[in-house]
Amino acid sequence: MSALGAGDPLFSNGIDTTVVLIVIGKTLVIFVMLLLAVMMYIWFLRKVIADMQNRVGPERAGPYGLLQSLADAVKLFFKEQSMPESADRWVFRLAPYMSALPAFLAFAIVPIGGAVTIAGHRTFLQLADFPIGILFLLAMSGLGLYGVMLAGWSSGSKYPLLGSVRASAQLLSYEAALGLSIVGVLLQTGGATSGGQAHPGTLSTRDIVSLQAWTGHWSGSPGNWPIVHWFVFPAIISFAIFLIAAVAETNHPPFDLVEAEQELVGGFHTEYTGIRFAIFYLAEFMNLITMSAIAVTLFLGGPAGPALPGLPRLGWFNAWIMPVFWFFLKLIVLLFCTVWVRATLPRLRYDQLMDLGWKYLIEIAFLWLMVSGTVRVARDQGWNLWIVTPLATLGAVLVYGVIYLAMPKRDELVEEIR
Amino acid sequence: MGRFSGFGVTLRQMFRPRVTEEYPEVKRPKPARFHGRHVLNRYEDGMEKCIGCELCAGVCPARCIYVRGADNPPDAPVSPGERYGFVYEINYLRCIHCDLCVEACPTEAITETKLFEFSFTNRADAVYTKNELLVDDQGRAKRLPWEQWIGDEDVPTSAWMRATSPNGAAVYEGRVQWSGELGFGVRLPEHGQALELDEDEIETAPPSEPVAARDEEQDHDEGHGH
Repeated sequence: MSALGAGDPLFSNGIDTTVVLIVIGKTLVIFVMLLLAVMMYIWFLRKVIADMQNRVGPERAGPYGLLQSLADAVKLFFKEQSMPESADRWVFRLAPYMSALPAFLAFAIVPIGGAVTIAGHRTFLQLADFPIGILFLLAMSGLGLYGVMLAGWSSGSKYPLLGSVRASAQLLSYEAALGLSIVGVLLQTGGATSGGQAHPGTLSTRDIVSLQAWTGHWSGSPGNWPIVHWFVFPAIISFAIFLIAAVAETNHPPFDLVEAEQELVGGFHTEYTGIRFAIFYLAEFMNLITMSAIAVTLFLGGPAGPALPGLPRLGWFNAWIMPVFWFFLKLIVLLFCTVWVRATLPRLRYDQLMDLGWKYLIEIAFLWLMVSGTVRVARDQGWNLWIVTPLATLGAVLVYGVIYLAMPKRDELVEEIR
Repeated sequence: MGRFSGFGVTLRQMFRPRVTEEYPEVKRPKPARFHGRHVLNRYEDGMEKCIGCELCAGVCPARCIYVRGADNPPDAPVSPGERYGFVYEINYLRCIHCDLCVEACPTEAITETKLFEFSFTNRADAVYTKNELLVDDQGRAKRLPWEQWIGDEDVPTSAWMRATSPNGAAVYEGRVQWSGELGFGVRLPEHGQALELDEDEIETAPPSEPVAARDEEQDHDEGHGH
């Protein structure tokens, strides 16, 4: 808790060669880890969907088909790359990287483990701990759209263009809900910490994680459970909205209208082949993994989790291994949910997508924000929460009712079109 | 919860048995009348069954069979009777395994085995000659290098390919009307098409009676201008 807002201690004693090497090392590890994670996720995705469809799934390349993604990547790597005659050549080449880069960059702010000591330097298992971490995330998730948009635009072909137009509209619609749900968490970061002192709130992912961490010793009382500080509990609605909006933002099923095969051939990447297509594919899954990692960070306590009893709490095992283990466990659970959704729900229609984004998610996120803001103020001011909370909820429901009545109904819209 | 019940369905399916066949490793037993690669059968005395009538070539919708008949050499006949199949070729790049040639054959000379796993690397291999199609002295198909035979796929499917008599009339079900085959002898008839006959009735039925009945029926058909 004492490190709150202090940033990565790696840079506190000036920057020398070792520090630079550590940063480069961390960058490489994150890069390789993300690539491996995408490979593993694609394998996991195909296996789980196969399970849910009573099939076996990939099983030929490597044990249990683990190397299937690698085989696919190698195949794509050696395939011919074609480019349409009417393509904007420079932008066409640039677009895949524009798509993949933000996904990599956004992962930089995700805390994977706790504080460790490398070569005498104390540092976080996290590439970068900006004071504005969450804003950086929002910026990156917005930038990721450029790859898709430029790909569709520069292909000089109509289906990619339609796909990219859809992508832009979809991202705009869900970015608002995503941002509002994140604010739901940021509201919780302020206020009294477990140390007793007031805290103004923070945008740094490291601080958000430490605020959710279980700091005390296990006493068995419900107030002391390891997960009781997770922001998923005070911000449960935000969590739900974040998950939906994140899946929608990364264009994954059931929100994958951007590449709806039945309507748009391949969507924005119709004209892409070979390694350029592979990069799009990589970026798509990397975005999802990054978003899930962000969800773990914001709502599920990131790497926080019980240390292994019987070993020293600050020993190498509990400092290095256990936090990373907890982080990936939570990540895998979330990723399983995305696969589950993908296997269950059919793709939304375009009007349903827009309805969900504009008529429900944004309103609910906003009202939830107002309710939790009211509760937050009430808590800080010492008002009676048993009166304030129901009143705030009632007010929110009333407001939503008014908005709902004001919204044009389906029948009216149909009438209008006629 | 109606609109979320799908999640329960997908989750439940995870623990159900798989329906996938591990094909190259595990191969399902094939149905009795599976249509695979053809063979040209021989009688128990080694004579070829083919009489070079070209009915198979005539009926073939894919035009993949080429037959030329020739007169049997009097001193060394190839088949019983007047003529024999002098040239017999099937082009497997065209064959659709419809089994019409087997239906058409009056002597059950051509039948299909259950072999379907044969992949040639050139067009010449795809055209099976008479020598390649003809069964060996044990009555089994010749195994060519590019064919993958498993188990009893090569047990000839002649005779019991037909549930009824060679002329297609269901009343003859259960009456053996075909001659024995090299290495396999006479196959028991297959039941299930028409009326059920008692076992002893099948065994005691005089062989000449159905033949006479068939002649009558054919006359009848001709009378109607078929």
